[in-house]
Amino acid sequence: MSRNYQLTQLETLESEAIYIFREVAAEFERPVLLFSGGKDSIVMLRLAQKAFHPARIPFSVMHVDTGHNFPEVLEFRDRRVAEVGVQLVVASVQEALDRGFVQAPPDGTRNRIQTPVLLEALEKHQFTAVFGGARRDEDKARAKERVYSFRDEFGQWDPKNQRPELWNLYNGRIHLGESIRVFPLSNWTELDIWQYIEQERLELPSIYYAHERTVFDRNGMLYAANEYCVPKAGEETFTATVRYRTVGDASLTAAVLSDADTVAKVIDEVASTRITERGATRGDDKFSEAAMEDRKREGYF
Amino acid sequence: MDILRLATAGSVDDGKSTLIGRLLYDTKSVFTDQIESVERASRDRGDDYVNLALLTDGLRAEREQGITIDVAYRYFATPRRKFIVADTPGHIQYTRNMVTGASTADLALILVDARKGLLEQSRRHAFLATLLHVPHLVLCVNKMDLVDYSEAVFEQIRADFTQFAAKLDVGDLTVIPVSALVGDNIVTRSTAMSWYEGPSLLHHLENVHVASDRNLIDVRFPVQYVIRPQSDLHRDYRGYAGQVAGGILKPGDEVMVLPSGFTTTIRSIETADGPVEEAFPSMSVTIRLTDEIDVSRGDMICRVNNAPAVTQDIDAMVCWMDDAPLRPGQKLAIKHTTRSARAMVKDLHYRLDINSLHRDMAADHLGLNDIGRVRLRTTQPLLCDEYKRNRSTGGFVLIDEATNRTVGAGMVNEAR
Repeated sequence: MSRNYQLTQLETLESEAIYIFREVAAEFERPVLLFSGGKDSIVMLRLAQKAFHPARIPFSVMHVDTGHNFPEVLEFRDRRVAEVGVQLVVASVQEALDRGFVQAPPDGTRNRIQTPVLLEALEKHQFTAVFGGARRDEDKARAKERVYSFRDEFGQWDPKNQRPELWNLYNGRIHLGESIRVFPLSNWTELDIWQYIEQERLELPSIYYAHERTVFDRNGMLYAANEYCVPKAGEETFTATVRYRTVGDASLTAAVLSDADTVAKVIDEVASTRITERGATRGDDKFSEAAMEDRKREGYF
Repeated sequence: MDILRLATAGSVDDGKSTLIGRLLYDTKSVFTDQIESVERASRDRGDDYVNLALLTDGLRAEREQGITIDVAYRYFATPRRKFIVADTPGHIQYTRNMVTGASTADLALILVDARKGLLEQSRRHAFLATLLHVPHLVLCVNKMDLVDYSEAVFEQIRADFTQFAAKLDVGDLTVIPVSALVGDNIVTRSTAMSWYEGPSLLHHLENVHVASDRNLIDVRFPVQYVIRPQSDLHRDYRGYAGQVAGGILKPGDEVMVLPSGFTTTIRSIETADGPVEEAFPSMSVTIRLTDEIDVSRGDMICRVNNAPAVTQDIDAMVCWMDDAPLRPGQKLAIKHTTRSARAMVKDLHYRLDINSLHRDMAADHLGLNDIGRVRLRTTQPLLCDEYKRNRSTGGFVLIDEATNRTVGAGMVNEAR
């Protein structure tokens, strides 16, 4: 903190996020924080701890588990939740498939069927405000989203009918069945996230750092060969030094070639990369120009 | 490195998207997959050139109609600063979007086409920026390459704008001749305009001094959340969490809590990273007081000799944001700092024509995107300052109690 009474970029972003956490805790009866064990949700959990210190985080965390997980991330999730002392609610896509609540699409991917599982869990637990780690720099549609994103009783986002958001005054008023998605990291970039991870010395799942992995090339992206993502004929597997820039569904998230095995090296890499985070790693956003907008309209984050 | 929040307004015609595209591109903030995607989309649409507007117009409807509908937030950084750009559409039917973008901006960027001179739209943008009390204004006279880099053209536009700005409350004005398409005076000084001795746009954005824009004099701490751990370790802990809205607070300071008026001293100022010696805007901290007094969300901690107004009668400029009009007699919910109450519209003093600044005293309602001077009576006292003195304690939003929509934004004129 400098003597000229000016906050640094990370101090400003942290203060804004803490303000948002406190605002939601003050105005909503049952908020919940989405926690997947990914880097953005790890930052979110730290910010929530800071917002209510020395008290405990006054809400639960939830993971929408597609069943297609990286084992390192699942292990990390459970350990971190136990360390922080919050209650974890798991909404399982596999369980929803087993009882016929959702059907898997022909390609076996589970990104789209997460949404009904999420909505069902919100209703079952009566969560009215849901913290998500989405950032506006991730995608064109997200660049237009509010900090408090109003969702109707179907969880739908209506981009042309968003509530104006002025100063730091957030309108969280809803009717029964409606909900608010809350994005405290709205103004953070991928680089800010990594600089914060360095500053706070936050532990991450190992797959965020360079490691050797058996991969194959599909549409120019490197996928790990595993039980959820089986190479087709003609897709040769090979060993490469890679890391994950994002961690999502294991059947859809690609790795990037990288030697960055420390936070400092990752920061250098992120600062100089010429490809966006989702563009480099997410098969689900490649379908069309408005893939994210369409999924958000259906109730996705 | 600090953050500068800037708001831009304008239409495709002004070259606004090209200008933002240029800033993003030249600071290496546009990624190759984004450029490829824009190139592909431009080709699909049959455009002759790469349409940089597609970088910011992210919604399906915007791409289809070739217009910007909503505020888009863009991010770029240089070694000196991180920039948050609220990119808003410029047409009059999107006034509410521009007001939204300007509400948090340190700097407003207004574009003028050098060939067309000062148009109604530029005047409107300047007025809205000053209404929202954006501390710094930058007028970019764009497309200088199309007027042969004429100093005379630039000086005429600057004179016209300065004359108009004299009627407004402009804090700090900078006028820069640029060509966003060619890159003149955007990142580096242009060699084509040797007569211009000022900074390039990016140099100005990197160096404009914003620390003194915050009110460091009037101590204002709206209590947001009461922290009571209720654990064995912190049995009697009671902390008042919030974000500093004005002034500098220090342990030992004598303070007053409103609306009760009780006085006490600050015992400590705490964060999760340990206690701090002082707190200033916009730090999020937790304040502990020496005496056990009743303090809850919506209360305000201030100094004994420097307190905000405590009033149920609010005189404010209101920007109306909903299809259903504002009319005298109407009841609404109001949100101001961390306080919520109900408000009745007692009187519409006048509606302002935001192009001519003419006051229509006979107006009986405010329609969508109208701005007017309104008197409100609230169910509970608000703890407020004049908006010009403090944007955090002078701004409020109005919410329709039936639809829950945010229908208006207000700026307190004078608080007694």
